[in-house]
Amino acid sequence: MTKIPCAVLGPGNIGTDLMAKLQRSDALELTAMVGIDPESPGLARAREAGLDASAEGIDWIVAHRDQCQIVFDATSAGAHKASAPKLQAAGIQCLDLTPAKMGPGVVPVVNLHQHLDATEVNLITCAGQATIPMVYAVTQVTPVAYAEIVATVASKSAGPGTRQSIDEFTRTTAKGLAELGGAGKGKAIIVLNPAEPPIIMRNTVYCALPADVDEAAVAASIEKYAAEVQSYVPGYRLRAEPVFDAPSTEGGWGRVAVFVEVASAGDFLPEYAGNLDIMTAAAVRVAEELARAKEVAR
Amino acid sequence: MSRDVHFCDSTLRDGSHPKRHQFTIDDVRRVAGALDRAGVPWIEVSHGDGLGGSSFNYGFSLVDEYELMAAALEEMSQAQLAVLLLPGIGTKDELKKAWDTGARLVRVATHCTEADISPQHLTLARELGYVTVGFLMMAHMNTPEGLVEQARIMSDAGAQVVYCTDSAGAMTPSQVAARVSALRAALPPDVAIGFHAHHNLSLGVANSLVAIEHGATWIDGSTCGLGAGAGNTPTEIFVAVCDKVGIKTGMDALALMDAAEDVVRPIMDHVPLVNRDALLLGYAGVYSSFLLHADRAAKRFGVSSKDVLLEAGRRQAVGGQEDLLIDIASELADADRV
Repeated sequence: MTKIPCAVLGPGNIGTDLMAKLQRSDALELTAMVGIDPESPGLARAREAGLDASAEGIDWIVAHRDQCQIVFDATSAGAHKASAPKLQAAGIQCLDLTPAKMGPGVVPVVNLHQHLDATEVNLITCAGQATIPMVYAVTQVTPVAYAEIVATVASKSAGPGTRQSIDEFTRTTAKGLAELGGAGKGKAIIVLNPAEPPIIMRNTVYCALPADVDEAAVAASIEKYAAEVQSYVPGYRLRAEPVFDAPSTEGGWGRVAVFVEVASAGDFLPEYAGNLDIMTAAAVRVAEELARAKEVAR
Repeated sequence: MSRDVHFCDSTLRDGSHPKRHQFTIDDVRRVAGALDRAGVPWIEVSHGDGLGGSSFNYGFSLVDEYELMAAALEEMSQAQLAVLLLPGIGTKDELKKAWDTGARLVRVATHCTEADISPQHLTLARELGYVTVGFLMMAHMNTPEGLVEQARIMSDAGAQVVYCTDSAGAMTPSQVAARVSALRAALPPDVAIGFHAHHNLSLGVANSLVAIEHGATWIDGSTCGLGAGAGNTPTEIFVAVCDKVGIKTGMDALALMDAAEDVVRPIMDHVPLVNRDALLLGYAGVYSSFLLHADRAAKRFGVSSKDVLLEAGRRQAVGGQEDLLIDIASELADADRV
């Protein structure tokens, strides 16, 4: 098939990791890396890779819309809010990796095909990408009144954006557990750990279970969806068998605890930064689907 | 009232850990009333892991924490209500709700290297009118200089008090002295310094006195030592010692002894003591609230709680990572089978 041309806005670590992943895509043709600082090392890396590299920001993209039919925004929430109307006016679809959260949220194994014609989609949060598939796996088997996740990430991989908006991070993730994961109610907890060497991203997913749950079916569904995530996030793995506990006094719920580790694929990001890798990997996976839809529409 | 130190009693917050978050309205009424009558100026009430802590990971509260706060307030005539908030667990919404409920002091707590997740909450707390406190947990894991850098982030964001928080009860007197004096020397004079101890090395009272000698003017304790791990600085012992050495606390030592003996001890499931696991927390520098979670996970998987705690220490686990203990226990069980 013909590849759909795309560009990355924001030549930082995330943008550079996207560049590496996009160069392997059979649905997307990365043509440009765009930033605002001519001295940016990310733009230099893009130039070396033979891409157009511009420091003229969003205006360059709008002026070159033919080669930027899909744009990955890896800037900041503030910058994205300013760019979004321009992208929309130019008819460019956007994968928003910032915390701006203006478009609908997408998790590939859950609702990949739901927003193919949206102006922009967002990737929720790294914790959401890592844990919503597990909640979804359980809700495919049994109703889950309440899901709770604990995401522990290396301090070094939590940038200023996450740190300054930690409430939004937990709130957005919790909302995703319910709206996309299918739980009645969601709660998200994030912990930053400064250990050296840095720890690989860990996520614990707790789902409340009814007393008569089929544990084997739940475990099988967890395995199945973990494998699906693994197909686009190679560093995604279950650390242990799911741990089931019988109903206790705690709300009368039984529960299952799922332990997920996410290592980076090492395209550009260090191994421990699985929290960033799962965002770029999910963004590329979703964009490939948008590209195929565009191809079909042609 | 003239005092040399401001005091926050955390029985109804840190004590929530050994109570597995099962405080009843009646427990809270009786404790808050007794502490109020003994002249305790600040009484902290919330889930052990702070506002919004009720969860699978930390344990669900038997009674909603805002109901507990409201009940405590009804028993308080001179004391004021304090709460704890850990960004990443609780949010600004909970901060507002606690203010509306009547809390007037908040400790915004982060790991001792992660203060930059607290400015939003500290700023909002100041705007709302809270006495605003930055709480640097697991302070043994940062150098005095590092701690100063983190404390500056909190004081710049509006904290009026910054605590050196020995969450693991792991600090020796000289370590307390080094950190508290570094904070005192570096922070502006209108920012006060606090110290929060755990009694895992039996140093709670001694370390609190050392902190005061080096410039701390805010001290925490729990009546009868009811707090995580081997408990906190026992309030009644601290106040008794202060009386003897001439530190004015404004609290009544005899009334606190009665509160400890007649009110708090009867509601304790067990008396916090320096048993092997609690001592290990202090020895290996492990978050005190892990104690009962490690015990539960160890029993669940048939491994030793000692090994679970030591492994948590080796992995440099920080506060909030209670889920890691299940993971570790399950790995230890697997290793046993192989």
